[in-house]
Formats: sequence, C-alpha cells, structure tokens
Amino acid sequence: MSRLISYEKKNTPVHKLSGFTKLVFFIVWCMASALTFDTRILLTMLVMGLIIYKISDVKWKQVSTIFAAVMFFMVINLTCIFFFAPYQGTVIYGTKTEIAHLFGNYSLTQEQLFYEFNVFIKYFTVIPAVFIFLTTTDPSELASSLNGIGVPYSIAYSLEIALRYIPDVQDEFRRIKNAQEARGIEMSNKGRLIDRIKNVAIIIFPLLFSTMERIDVVSNAMELRGFGKKKTRSWYSRKPLRTADYAVIVFIILFFVATMVITYADGSRYFNPFV
Amino acid sequence: MEKEISPIIEFENLSFKYRAQKEPTLKDINLKIYPGEKILIAGQSGSGKSTLAHLLNALIPCSYAGDQSGSLRVSGQEPAGLGVFGMSKIVGTVLQDTDGQFIALTVGEDIAFALENDNVPQEEMFKKVNEVAGKLELTSFMENAPGELSGGQKQRVSLGGVMACDVKILLFDEPLANLDPATGKRTIALIDEIMHDEDMTVIIIEHRLEDVLYRDVDRIVLMDQGRIIADMTPDDMLSSDILVQNGIREPLYVSAMKAAGARVLADTHPQHIESMDIAPYKDTIRSWYHSIPFHEVKTSDESVLTVTDLEFCYDEKRKIIDKVSFDIKKGEIVSLVGKNGAGKSTLASLICGFYKPDNGTILLNGQDISPLSIKERGEKIGYVMQSPNQMISKPMIMEEVGLGLASRGVPEDEIRQRAEEILKICGLYPFRNWPVSALSFGQKKRVSIASILIMNPEILILDEPTAGQDYMHYTEIMEFLKDIREKLGITIIMITHDMHLMLEYTDRTLVLTDGKLIMDAAPSEVLTNSEICDRAYLKRTSLYDLALKCDIDEPGEFAARFIDFERSASK
Repeated sequence: MSRLISYEKKNTPVHKLSGFTKLVFFIVWCMASALTFDTRILLTMLVMGLIIYKISDVKWKQVSTIFAAVMFFMVINLTCIFFFAPYQGTVIYGTKTEIAHLFGNYSLTQEQLFYEFNVFIKYFTVIPAVFIFLTTTDPSELASSLNGIGVPYSIAYSLEIALRYIPDVQDEFRRIKNAQEARGIEMSNKGRLIDRIKNVAIIIFPLLFSTMERIDVVSNAMELRGFGKKKTRSWYSRKPLRTADYAVIVFIILFFVATMVITYADGSRYFNPFV
Repeated sequence: MEKEISPIIEFENLSFKYRAQKEPTLKDINLKIYPGEKILIAGQSGSGKSTLAHLLNALIPCSYAGDQSGSLRVSGQEPAGLGVFGMSKIVGTVLQDTDGQFIALTVGEDIAFALENDNVPQEEMFKKVNEVAGKLELTSFMENAPGELSGGQKQRVSLGGVMACDVKILLFDEPLANLDPATGKRTIALIDEIMHDEDMTVIIIEHRLEDVLYRDVDRIVLMDQGRIIADMTPDDMLSSDILVQNGIREPLYVSAMKAAGARVLADTHPQHIESMDIAPYKDTIRSWYHSIPFHEVKTSDESVLTVTDLEFCYDEKRKIIDKVSFDIKKGEIVSLVGKNGAGKSTLASLICGFYKPDNGTILLNGQDISPLSIKERGEKIGYVMQSPNQMISKPMIMEEVGLGLASRGVPEDEIRQRAEEILKICGLYPFRNWPVSALSFGQKKRVSIASILIMNPEILILDEPTAGQDYMHYTEIMEFLKDIREKLGITIIMITHDMHLMLEYTDRTLVLTDGKLIMDAAPSEVLTNSEICDRAYLKRTSLYDLALKCDIDEPGEFAARFIDFERSASK
C-alpha cells in the first residue's frame, strides 16, 4: 500500500534543514510566484525548483498521482481562461498579433499564448515546491514549525495527529470493506452507481463508530499526559536553526526582494516582449 | 506491612455515583496501599474497578462528573484538587489500548509527549527520553513509527511515556488485553523489574489473574458491584473459593487441584506453580488422574476445508504465508494461534478471498473456490470481525441481521422469516424490534454473528471473539458458539491469543510462526510442548507444570483429561 505524498526519511541537504526554514522558504517562494508575472523570474524559479527537486531525492511514484490530478486541473484552467477571456493577453501587453482566426469571436493571438504560458510556468514553480516541502518535512517537525511561527499549538498538534492516524483509518477502512463485501455488499465496479453510493454508507457507519471509540481513547490518553494544560509547550522534534538554515532564510528573503524589484521596475507585473 | 509507614493511597468510606446513573458505582470503599506494594485489582466488568482507576488519575471528577462522598488521598494530596495534569506527575496511567495511547509519530517523540506538554527544554527532554528508553530497551527503535512496532514494544513505549514524568505510582488498566501470551508474560516481568529498580508502587487492573501472578503480587483486591469484597494475599485468596464465586477465573492449576478434590492451603504458597509445595496434594491428584477415562478423540471423516501448499506475499521480500497445508473436518472447532504478525489474519483473508494467493489451493467440500468472488465465498464462509462495532451498519436489529440476504435480493417475507429463526437460535428473539444501540457489547457481538449465520455458511471464521471480555462474557460468547455448532453443524475457526479458550473450547490448534504452520494438533498437546510454545509466543499451560510436579509422565494427557472433566462437569 503506497501512501501519497507522505514524509520519507532521507539524508539530503534539504531533509537536514529545519522544518521552520522550509516552511518560511515555502511561504516566501509561493508569495514571490504569486506576485510576479515576469517571465524571466518565473523561468529562473522553475529551473531552481527543478534543481532542488533533484537534490531532495523525491521519488516520482510518491507524487505521480497528485501530479496527474494537478495537470488535469491545469488543462481545465488554461482552457477556461481562453474561453472566458480570449483577449486577456492583448489587454495586458497592449498589442494584438493574431496567428489564426478560430471561430466566432475567438482568435488565437501570440499575446494570449504568451500570457497562458506564463500561467503555466507559474504552476510549475509552485508544484515542485509543494512536493518537496511535504515529502521532506517530518510532520511533527512541521507542527513544531507552525507553532514556531505563531500558530496555536493545539491546531499545530491536531495536524500532526491527523497525519499520525491516516494510515490507521485507511487500514480500518479496508478491513471493514472486506467484511461487508463478504456479506454481499457490492463495492466493485460491477454494481450500479446509485447502489454503490448507498453501499458506501454501510462502510462509513462502522468506520465512524470505531473511529469515535478511538477518539475517546486518544483524547483521554492525551489528557492523562498533560496536553493542553499550559499556554505553551516545547517540542521534542524541533531542529535548532543552523548556519545552513540562516543562509537559506537570508537567501530567500533577498531573492524575494530582488524578484519584486525586477518585477515592478517598469511599473507593471508583466514582462512584455511585444514592445 | 510495617504500619508506621503511611499509605501512599488511602480511600476512606468513598462512594461515587456518575451523574447519568441512579445507583452509585462505588460504595463505601476503604483501601490503603503502601509505598512499594504491588496490588492486583480484579472484578467483573461493571464491578467498579475502572471507576476506581479514574479516581486515582483524576479523570473523575475532571472528565467524568458525579457525586462523591468520603475521601481519597494519593501521596498526601487530593486528586480532585490537583486535576488530571497535576495527578499525571504522581500517577502514571498505562491504558489497555496501546495503539490509542501512542500519540506521536515516533517512539522518541511519544516518550517525550508529557515532557513537551510540561514545557521542558529540549536538551533536558533528550536526556530524560534517552534514559527512559535505555531502561526499557527501546534505544534502537527511537525513530520508529507505531506501525513498525510489535504489541510488546508499543506497551513499553506507553510505559516509557509515563515513566518520563518520574511518577511514583504506575496504574495499569488491563495491560494484557491486546498481547499474545508470551509478550504478556514478559510485560509482567518488566513491570516487576521497573518497580523494584525505581521504587514504585504498582496497581494492575486485570482479569487474567494467572498471567499477572507470574510475578509476586502483594495483595489482590477483589471487587463486586461497587464494593471491595476481599483484600488478601494471593496465597490466601487462591486457597479460598471466593474468586470462582465472583466470576473470576482461577489459575488453571488451582482449578485442576480443586477438581481433583484437593483442599488448597495458603501455607503451600499456591501463588506460583513453580514454587508451590505440591507434596500434600500429590497423591490426591494422581489418583484422580487415574480415575478419569482416557481422552478420546472424536473426528469426522468429512473434510470441509482443505488447504494445500498455500503461499502469499505482499512484496517480493518476505512470504507472509509459506507453504501452509491443513485439512479441517466438518463440525470441528479449530483455533488459529501464533504471535502478532505471524500471518493468522492473512490466512483468514486468503480463505475469505480478500487476498489472492500466489500459490496453492483452497478446497471447500472438495471444490476449488478460487473462481468465487468475495461475495460468493461469503455465502459459504462467514467472517466475523473482532469488534461488533466494525460490522454493524444498520440502526435496527432486524435490518442488520437481514442485510446479507437483502443485498442478495431475497424477498422480504423470506428475510423476515429467516431472520426470526436465526434470532431465536442466537437468543436475541425478544430484542428483535430493538435498536442495536440499546444492546450490551456481548449482545452486539451476537448480532454480528447472527447477521453472518443468516446466510447459512458452512464455516464461520472469528477474529479474536473474546478479546477484552471478562470471564463471564467470555463464557457467554463461547457457550453460544458451542451451542450454534451443535444446532447448525457449522465448522468454526477462531483466531485467538487466549490459551484458555484454545484449551477449553477447541478441538484442534493450528500454530503459525512467520507464515509457516509449525504444528497442527490437539490444544492439550500444543500447550504442553515447550519448544512450540517458545517459537510461537504461546504460554505453556500451568497444567503441564502441575502434571510434572505430580510425576505424571504424560502432561498432555493430564491436560486433556482435566478439560474433559471440566466439560462434563459444566453439563
């Protein structure tokens, strides 16, 4: 049973960084990507992202399913942009270089293609970052990092608990599904869709009840060991910041400032090759 | 006990009533526990022993409200005043469910959990965690996730988690419930070592008396209906009949001695069979043994389930099931045993068709069942999960029991008629129009079995049918299964950790270790074979030791005759 985008322990420079550093890097990186439409910067980020992806040794099979899903939505997104705003590119870049007339009101323009290309690589600056962040950050370290940047520890810890129990709930789901199937509840593709939806309820209820039982035990166990009694808590898995961490944080801040300066130097978010 | 030392725990005329209940759950409790003692609290479900534990760690009144009278002092303080957090530094509670208690993602982090909550600086935390892990031999597992640990290791992590707080009292709530017998035995030994090394007081709540008595216990406190009805040394308690009268199972060797007509005396120290003075009883037991007829083996010739060279692996690396072959006769009750992870559940899943075997055949009544789907097999081989809550999906009993037939398109009249029939057999007919939620755990278990039986399967596979049940409910479930075997002629396979169940209720035992079938014999033979018991993490029955101590050459035969005697006595 493969688990999707889950943390895997490895010994790469990226894994060695503190979760705090990676969280800061990730947030600033995404901000930079969201704010800029400068093609040169986006391309630089794309290359950097791929290099870091390579260094962090993320295995393709860990992320391939999610990647396919993201691709699917990206295609929909790009198509929708074209149909709802076929001349967005010409508005942004101020020129109109037609390649071909398609139908009705729709013509394909170089400006529109270039604009959608920018949207496309924007995705590709963020996707590797998400994968890298999730597969190289230990969930408990992530929780401690979130708490470190001011998220209340009860919320940060709930996230950790959720990640801790996902595999257990998956196993339980499979066991219940098997037993119900043996009773004759059809789960495979053979049944009619409406029946299958009804039958899912037959698994969900037992799953819910056995999960509730478990929640009761876990919350008692947490309380018995003093969770939530003090305003703050310390973290066993927090990694202290080292030189490499400071270097990365300083770098990403400088990088962010640089991207903003370059992006807005001419007063527009867009890099314009058409003038 | 030196009386000048003041007790570390003192209940004085304590009564407690839960807010939602009419009757008090604890009545007039007076109990003194002194530092360094090891106390075993026994009693049936509902006797108030868990409530007593909740008072000690202050879950009462902090999480469960109610009315309390009388007083309780733990280490000179009132738990209610300190709260759950304050008490967690004095009383370390180890829960029954080691999975639920494992909160964090790795061993190290879980041991540190209480320290984290107490805001202990990281440096100090590392030191403390390493120290505790060293004592519990967990150092090489520090980075492991809960899924990568065995039941015994998880239990040690739970223990480490409370030891990190330097508690004075360890409170164990049914520590053996989820463990295989050999691991349970090791846990008891570990508790004993820790309490002596660390100068702790230990309270164990458990109904598996014989397993706890593997190491010395100072006193047994017996509870019934909210009262303490006995508080005495194990030797005194075992030589009386008070345990049996209150629905608690005695150690098997004590039952056998009493069955033989011996009057067990406290001064022969019956607490451990190994060190007990058997001389006064030897002749009585020997002559009783010779007066019982030979154990007869009854078998039918008709095979129901024939498994040949079955093999299965999840990945290339390790075979989960390795060349397993056996043959089960019609109407047999067979136990499937072995330590956690030995392949018992996988074998059951292969028989039910949840997994496809890599090699080998499974024949049902001589016919290969590999072409049958899970659903089709489900009509012939019923599978009952451990907890009824994992199976029950309908709010009403009739609906739940009829579900299997309804999904097969059986007309409603027929479903109703067959459901009523099966509910009568299962003793649930009076409740037929009740909602499932109104039933007790044991009744729910019967509903989940009834909802399988309605499909009229030839084989019933049960996963741990009695896990976590006290003796009374255990007997209720097992007698029920025996009864349906007789009424319906059904064949039963049970996955179990319970050596008593195996010995008393099953005709044959299949022993699995690392995916291999290492023994296929009568339970009395398996449980008197030391080598097999060691390999499969079983616990050799104390009847074996008793037989040897009485110079009886065939301990297996002794065990078998005792079980025959018990069965005929219960009829």
